[in-house]
Amino acid sequence: MSEVIISIKNVVKDFGSVRAVNNANFDVVKGEFFSLLGPSGCGKTTLLRILAGFEVPTTGTIEIDGQDVTLNPPNHRPVNMVFQNYAIFPHLNVASNIAFGMRKSELSKVDLQEKIDQMLELIKLPGYGDRKADELSGGQRQRVALARALIKQPKVLLLDEPLGALDKKLREQMQIELRQLQQHVGITFVFVTHDQEEALTLSDRIAVMSQGDVMEISSPADLYENPQSRFVADFIGTMNFFRCTLKDFSDGVAVGESKELGSVRIQCSEPVCAVNQDFTLAIRPEKLALEFDSVEDSVNSVKGTMGPSAYLGDRSHFYIYLQGREDPVSVALQNLSGSLEHVRDTDREVCLTWSDDNCVMLADYE
Amino acid sequence: MKSRRINSFAVYAVIYLIFLYLPVAVLPLFSFNDSSYVKFPLVGFTLKWYSQLADSHGLQNALVNSLKVGISVAIISTILGIFAAKSVTRYRMRRSGLLVGFIMVPLVIPEIILGISLLMTFSIGGVKLSLITISIGHLMLCVPFSMLVLISRMEGFDKSLEEASLDLGENAWWTFWRVTFPIILPGVVASLLLTFTISFDEFVLAFFLSGTDATLPVHIWSQLRFPDKLPSVLALGAIIVVLSTIVILFAELIRRGGVQLNKQSKV
Repeated sequence: MSEVIISIKNVVKDFGSVRAVNNANFDVVKGEFFSLLGPSGCGKTTLLRILAGFEVPTTGTIEIDGQDVTLNPPNHRPVNMVFQNYAIFPHLNVASNIAFGMRKSELSKVDLQEKIDQMLELIKLPGYGDRKADELSGGQRQRVALARALIKQPKVLLLDEPLGALDKKLREQMQIELRQLQQHVGITFVFVTHDQEEALTLSDRIAVMSQGDVMEISSPADLYENPQSRFVADFIGTMNFFRCTLKDFSDGVAVGESKELGSVRIQCSEPVCAVNQDFTLAIRPEKLALEFDSVEDSVNSVKGTMGPSAYLGDRSHFYIYLQGREDPVSVALQNLSGSLEHVRDTDREVCLTWSDDNCVMLADYE
Repeated sequence: MKSRRINSFAVYAVIYLIFLYLPVAVLPLFSFNDSSYVKFPLVGFTLKWYSQLADSHGLQNALVNSLKVGISVAIISTILGIFAAKSVTRYRMRRSGLLVGFIMVPLVIPEIILGISLLMTFSIGGVKLSLITISIGHLMLCVPFSMLVLISRMEGFDKSLEEASLDLGENAWWTFWRVTFPIILPGVVASLLLTFTISFDEFVLAFFLSGTDATLPVHIWSQLRFPDKLPSVLALGAIIVVLSTIVILFAELIRRGGVQLNKQSKV
């Protein structure tokens, strides 16, 4: 299972005085759906283009399937790419687009036609071979781009934000199809996106990038539940941050002191800092509970005042003001019993509670 | 109110068209007139000026010379234009703007100045005047036009199409023939037709740079000294007008095909 297919070693890429990729160092495992996630300009597309061979790294090496391909041009690499705008050849029909990369193949005309038909079947566009490129919708273009790359049976398929141009409903449908397709063909996918939800939905593992640095590589659940840095915690999902000072650590429980929260208890195997030093406590909005009447016995709790709230259909967001804190704390509740209309009085006294194993200690603070 | 505005526009358009085409219409009209003198009233219908054309060896030679120069200039300047357009639009090149500017300069230098300076250069270098020297002069005029046509065509299509071809296993040579060339083809045809037309009717440079072999415009100019040759020149002019109209219509058809292609390449 854990056979390495791509090995990125100490890769740096400078464009003039701008460092687009800063010392990337990681492996991609055969057969996995690997995402490069980050805000625009973080270097994820540059890294993908280095893998495809369109950019040569300033220093460092790229190995694909055990072979050093750092200096190989794109046409001498066992990878294929799905471009952001799909790059469907406008002067060719769908079948010729799909067959474009097969000029040097040994297949007979009949076998090639059969292969093209298989591909059209795979992307659920059977009978579309004679269509012109400009007769295709966005989603269909995306599928043709996939087929054109997959017919080459690459060891790795590179995808540069392929769903970015589609509207929301179609995007969600294509996400499911893309994931099923990847599992069906068993090819390693390296997927670039700025959409954290998309990355969480699709990926086996995600590399989060920021300003050229690879911040963290982990499974979607790990990134969400146990981020290792404030950037990752903030970029993926919503997070409430509190500055705390570590007061004590014993038996897997850290005790911190915060100006806003008072005394807090956090379960952890090892604290991120020494006693009497500062750390950041991070709590997801959905890990917080709201108590309206009596404060039940909870490990962690703090009193606050109800601020504005937002009704989002399946859930509601509440913003709670704490004494000594300017930004409200975000709390997400499932609308299990109606729209929670009865609790939305602003200025009402509420109590926030959370368990000691549902919060994250981060070493860096702002 | 609306119909009056359309009417005044129609009147303006008709006047404008008459202004444009009346002189051109004179040409075929008198080419069929049975008289050496170009004046009204018309005397009678004849085809003899056209049959005289077939017997005039000097004119036929000039026509062949013009075709030789025009076709080679069209092909060479279009090839140079493709290279230049590709390097300007596809590679990160320092000072490419300055370079393009320098290549475009011959467009604004008066042809007579260009002709004199080329003539001086050739005579200093001891180069004998021939069709080749005319072609070199015409290249200077035509390459900027080729570049302008092809740069706009190259800029119009997405660089990732060429990258996709490389990614799918083709090298630069095959990528050019399988992707770049088919997409810029309307631009290439436009450039060939445009540069051929420029070279074919160019007079000033050809006048300075021709040796014993004259091109058609130079030959026509030399014939104007003989009044009895004039109707033949008119007949030739009429033929050229008809042929160039056909060429322009053809170019326009190709260009329209090209516009559609351009639309496709955008996502």
